[in-house]
Amino acid sequence: MKDHLDFEKPIVEFEEKIEKLKPFAKTDPLIHREIEVLEKKAQEVLAEIFAKLTPWQRTQLARHPNRPNTLDYIAFMIHDFVELHGDRLYGDDHAIVGGVGIFRNRPVVIIGHQKGRSVKERIDRNFGMPHPEGYRKALRLMRQAEKFMKPVITFIDTPGAYPGIGAEERGQAEAIARNLIEMSRLAVPIVSIVIGEGGSGGALALGVGDRILMLEHSIYSVISPEGCAAILWNDSAKAPDAADVLKMTAKDLRSLGVIDEIVPEPVGGAHKDPPQMAEILEKAIESQLAKLDGLKTDDLLEQRYQKFKKMGVFGEDLVP
Amino acid sequence: MAWFKKDKSAEGKRFKIPEGLWLKCDSCKEVVYRKEIEKNAKVCPKCNYHFPISIGERISLMLDEGSFKEWDAGLSPMDPLNFKDSVRYRDRIKTAQDKTRQREAMVIGEGTINHLPVVLGVFNFSYMGGSMGSVVGEKILRAAEKAAGRRWPLIIVSSSGGARMQEGILSLMQMAKTSAAVARLAEARVPFFSILADPTFGGVTASFAMLGDIIIAEPKALIGFAGARVIEQTIKQQLPEGFQRSEFLLDHGMIDLILERKKLKQTLAKLLTFFSA
Repeated sequence: MKDHLDFEKPIVEFEEKIEKLKPFAKTDPLIHREIEVLEKKAQEVLAEIFAKLTPWQRTQLARHPNRPNTLDYIAFMIHDFVELHGDRLYGDDHAIVGGVGIFRNRPVVIIGHQKGRSVKERIDRNFGMPHPEGYRKALRLMRQAEKFMKPVITFIDTPGAYPGIGAEERGQAEAIARNLIEMSRLAVPIVSIVIGEGGSGGALALGVGDRILMLEHSIYSVISPEGCAAILWNDSAKAPDAADVLKMTAKDLRSLGVIDEIVPEPVGGAHKDPPQMAEILEKAIESQLAKLDGLKTDDLLEQRYQKFKKMGVFGEDLVP
Repeated sequence: MAWFKKDKSAEGKRFKIPEGLWLKCDSCKEVVYRKEIEKNAKVCPKCNYHFPISIGERISLMLDEGSFKEWDAGLSPMDPLNFKDSVRYRDRIKTAQDKTRQREAMVIGEGTINHLPVVLGVFNFSYMGGSMGSVVGEKILRAAEKAAGRRWPLIIVSSSGGARMQEGILSLMQMAKTSAAVARLAEARVPFFSILADPTFGGVTASFAMLGDIIIAEPKALIGFAGARVIEQTIKQQLPEGFQRSEFLLDHGMIDLILERKKLKQTLAKLLTFFSA
């Protein structure tokens, strides 16, 4: 699989040139100088491209094969992580991972969608599209967090809940709905972060948090741009247009009052420097958890209720 | 033109149904006398298919005559995304409002069933496919909050394609909002009856509609998370007969019961007696 996007091509070309020159840099000061010039130029081109990213380009970044995923972040920021499996009802869905561990001296429950990177892993993870048992595993772990009074961190990264016969038979809609109602009243703090793709109800089922964060180049939408284009124009190739009209970037969601914070990414996107990305995100999560620490449970739940109650835009006039 | 094609089109013409007097059933394709269907709560006498009905008809089938009072009729949709495809969202709203004479895809209010007070919400599928945007979400929340406050059972009759695309992420958030409202109602120990009519899908099924204390479906209603076309495209297989019909959901343990329209009110009355005793 090609591991760069079309609009990243100019940068990749610079990088390849630099790589080719590097072996000669030690002996030839001129080449050393040339590399410095190229590196500077590459940074400029990168900054230029990223200064005017379109919503569709961001969608591609959000789905970038090298973008750090839930298990990557867990490896970076959670100590003593133990993955826990299964919904105790039917099976273990590999499209959602979860477990317990220590986040900055704080015991937490972590749950997230997992897309996978290699072809084999992608298939095993069903491309990050959960079945009902994935949501029911997530709920089981959230209830465990509540029982033992530990905060919950959720990572959102899915194209959506899987549309299939088995999923319908086993109650995909009910599984998502159940998570929404239970998360709305779970008596421990919840911080949710959209790290890549926030695809519709399948994303929201892990997203009813006290704080909702989005990485700078992640997306969050009621429908995928492809699905939207298929409905509006009968042509999923018009997805870039749909990405424009759907208003699904972090900035859009911030201005619509849906999310609390945009987490900046390293220049060139999270995949350019995963350790740095993890460090930035870790700090953001810590500061949000710290703000929720002191709240009494009743206040926490009241604030969460009010947060979602406020969502929506409508007009109202008095009708006799 | 081949002879068999010609013959077919001629047949189609000969049996053209006169507007008004007769009706062709969407399910069994039988031609039935319109008056007979109307007397029968808009249910096909041949195959028991439940035709879509208007909010007014729905209310008069379920509530005591003249008991309904609408709430929050002044809520109207905005266009927060400035959404435009081939048609502007604003114009779609206008068309839907002109067609249905209603401001939004849902009506809420109070009424009585055998003199017991209830809060009722009804979706209107003819208004943009009964899709849930900010106004529908707000109405469900207000209905649930008032139901909790007055301790009156909440009944919602759903018939919806799901979340409204034209309000983007705000529509998605209505799923969380309405589910949170149902949670509050549950904490107040006030019952919620969710009634699923044909069709109920997507963000509506995946939120409050599947969270009823009692979930009732109309016969043969299509109910599911993903639409049949999306599933077929994903799995590249034909779907089994009866997939996502009420009977399929009942078989898989997803709903409490299937009730014919005509029996809805009397069964609700029984349940209300149980819950209010």
